[in-house]
Amino acid sequence: MTSSRWFLLAFAAALALLPQLPVPEFWVTQLNYIGLYALVVIGLVLLTGIAGLTSFGQAAFVGIGAYSSAWLTLNLGLSPWLAVFGGLALTALAALLLGWITLRMSGHYLPLATIAWCLSLYYLFGNLEALGRYDGLLGIAPLSVFGLPLNTGRSFFYLLWALVMLAALAATQLLDSRSGRALRALKGGSTMPEAMGIDTFRAKVTVFVLAALLAGMSGWLFAHFQRSVNPSPFGLKMGIEYLFMAVIGGVGQVWGALAGAAVVKLLEDQLQVLLPRLLGGSGSYEVIVFGVLLVGVLQYARDGLWAAVVARLPRRARRRDWADAAPLPEAARPPHGELVLDVHSVRKEFGGLVAVNDVSFQVRAGEIVGLIGPNGAGKSTTFNLVSGVLPLTRGEVRLRGERIDGLPSRGIARRGVSRTFQHVKMVPEMTVLENVALGAHRRGRRGVLPAMLRLERDEERRLLREAERQLQRVGMADRLDELAGNLALGPQRLMEIARALSADPSLLLLDEPAAGLRHQEKRALAGVLRQLRAEGLSILLVEHDMDLVMDVSDRIVVMEFGTQLMQGTPAEVQASAAVRAAYLGTEH
Amino acid sequence: MDLSIAGILLLDGATSGAVYALLALALVLVFAVTRVIFIPQGEFVAYGALTLAMLQMGKLPGTVWLLAVLAVLATLRDAFAAVRAGQPAGRIARDAARSLAGPAVVALLALWAAPRQLPLVLQSLLALAIVTPLGPLVYRLAYRPLADAPVLVLLIVSVGVHFALTGLGLLFFGAEGFRNPSFWDERFRAGPLVLSGQALIIFLVSAALIVGLGLFFGRTLRGKALRATAVNRLGARLMGISTDGAGRWSMGLAAFIGALSGLLIGPTTTMFYDTGFLIGLKGFVAAIFGGLASYPGAAAGALFVGWLESFGSFWASAYKEVIVFTMILPVLLWRSVTHGQTDDE
Repeated sequence: MTSSRWFLLAFAAALALLPQLPVPEFWVTQLNYIGLYALVVIGLVLLTGIAGLTSFGQAAFVGIGAYSSAWLTLNLGLSPWLAVFGGLALTALAALLLGWITLRMSGHYLPLATIAWCLSLYYLFGNLEALGRYDGLLGIAPLSVFGLPLNTGRSFFYLLWALVMLAALAATQLLDSRSGRALRALKGGSTMPEAMGIDTFRAKVTVFVLAALLAGMSGWLFAHFQRSVNPSPFGLKMGIEYLFMAVIGGVGQVWGALAGAAVVKLLEDQLQVLLPRLLGGSGSYEVIVFGVLLVGVLQYARDGLWAAVVARLPRRARRRDWADAAPLPEAARPPHGELVLDVHSVRKEFGGLVAVNDVSFQVRAGEIVGLIGPNGAGKSTTFNLVSGVLPLTRGEVRLRGERIDGLPSRGIARRGVSRTFQHVKMVPEMTVLENVALGAHRRGRRGVLPAMLRLERDEERRLLREAERQLQRVGMADRLDELAGNLALGPQRLMEIARALSADPSLLLLDEPAAGLRHQEKRALAGVLRQLRAEGLSILLVEHDMDLVMDVSDRIVVMEFGTQLMQGTPAEVQASAAVRAAYLGTEH
Repeated sequence: MDLSIAGILLLDGATSGAVYALLALALVLVFAVTRVIFIPQGEFVAYGALTLAMLQMGKLPGTVWLLAVLAVLATLRDAFAAVRAGQPAGRIARDAARSLAGPAVVALLALWAAPRQLPLVLQSLLALAIVTPLGPLVYRLAYRPLADAPVLVLLIVSVGVHFALTGLGLLFFGAEGFRNPSFWDERFRAGPLVLSGQALIIFLVSAALIVGLGLFFGRTLRGKALRATAVNRLGARLMGISTDGAGRWSMGLAAFIGALSGLLIGPTTTMFYDTGFLIGLKGFVAAIFGGLASYPGAAAGALFVGWLESFGSFWASAYKEVIVFTMILPVLLWRSVTHGQTDDE
């Protein structure tokens, strides 16, 4: 039992005990509202803090959940326990539609769409005859359990807080899983996760729907707790307040959602009494304080309250429970000498500029091919053409005979091509082990739901075992639990290589792996590359470090100004007068 | 519906469309230069109209106090940073004086003018002078410390600023609405159509402003500097263009355009402290037509939104807002299909 588990248990016990104590009814009601808000905010934490998306319209999803259940129970006489599914289905449908429309585009379209959507839904609720216009629906039945109506604050408290705790637990368990790592990788842009074989669009839609479902669930509870619904708690103001709670609590922290909801709710109550007395008149002046506070938090404490709490807790190493997990199946390696990568006169034009001019080369199984050239020669562009980050203007790229040009980088990754990045791309707030496990993403298949319920631990152990194995290979087995963002550049590059290897590739694309490495680290890297070659892997190496390239490459392709200058063995390249002229200039 | 009603609705929609176009242009400008999605744009619309309404009643508008307080806060913050950076006292004092002079002059002028019932045009100019400097001040206080933050963080800041300014609007102007007097009461008749002088002014001012902005960006050094910042912030900085100055200028322009829009539509609609927000958002719907990047696209979108609104209120007046704000979905769908993936800031 870890200390955080004890803490959780104590918290749950305190919650269970609280309604039995002579606490004034007012505070029970307050806690109920905090719980209702917290459910929504947990979803926002996943959406905003983890996946780097955001929504100002969560209040609208709460509204859909509340109105659907209210309408279904009032008009069709359904039990609330059945009506909840109607509400959740409608919420999911709306979220799917919104997400599907906006999430292909840049990140700011989703929040803008949610603002518009929240407004129009508010006016829709307020004008529909069937939903009682602005008066709303009254006389909604309370929830009941085994015939026992939960019509008091204290009885409702148990159901609500049990659901809040379950949701928070499910969210933390999700974050510590294959799908969770994919969500956490979304924040840094889609290039890296796509190269790991993650369908980023699908991941974004998934997390948006998940957040919406939590909001819809809160709405369902709200309707049967309040026993009446009207449009005002589902307007944009509330939508923005939910986001405010998430930011105050700490957008990256699941438990911060509870803290944020509590702080904002209590603050709001105080301000609503204090400010009208102070400023005279009446009205929701608390938004002034909220607005200023929101800007202040983002300027001075962007990580929010809970991050400050977490920073004070000791960080403990992950328990190694994967030592005896079964190894992941490996793809059959192509026989030594088989043609793996065939680049045939590829060309890339940016407007009038020809960045890559009909370059052709081949990489065979068990071979290291170096791609060198002075700055601006088109090496990285060539690299991006092969890995599918850029579309070709012309030409063909074949992987073991199959054309891969035109495929998205995710599709190329799934066919066994792994890569590293010239500028390291990682998730700095994940540990080294988790970052490397991201590379093995496409070798697992369990999704969000099993992760929330912890039904995927077998597969998870196998993935982590593989990640550790690859880290051992690059000599980083002792740094599994460090945060990746704390590593120096050299180890970060090695971590990227381990991540690429976790994908079980048949072709490894390395973009300047030695940049920033110290001499010893470079020698170790050369050793790793040779070992990989001996195992039958093919490697395409873009590198400026001539010692390393000459040392490990079987063949070298030299580029200059987008064209291919020559190909040959290291010795041939070193002897070439043309290459020397390209790098050093010619004598006139 | 017959032709004459259609004509009236077309004219009506074009009038509001002209105002939405101004707002949409300002939003595109601010987004391009600072990457800020400027949600509080609408508050400046309300501030402009209601500041004038207060002056009309001979009261000192609360926005003057806001101007003074924000100017002092921004100056203090700059001075504090300058002291920490070890700058010479003379320079700090000079900077502070320069930062306070403008707002001080405007505030004193407002104190003097408020009870005097000046002519409408002078009061309008005063309202513009009070509201416009709020833009750069908001930039300095809210956005500048986060100028390099992701778009998402800046967007959340915008929402915070919107919250604060709306609440302050309630504090300054109260909960009741105001309708400003028309600038020109003339009416021109052409068959069943009636063109009010106010609508004519709206068209003329919008057109003049659009041409003026075109000249500003095409001809002046400051305008070119803003364009350069919009294309590439780092590159602009390397060329000696202050991205901070560009941010202040663009938000100043946005506040000016907002306040002006408020003055223009003040006589045609009843303004509440929170009316501006909806108007500003309609500017957003328009700007999204052009992907928040194209000025002609935004202007075309604005006209469309204006018509959608006027015809919408004719057919289903209760659902007017629902129609306008739901329209953003098909527009986004169309953009996502035609323009596809644009990721990674």
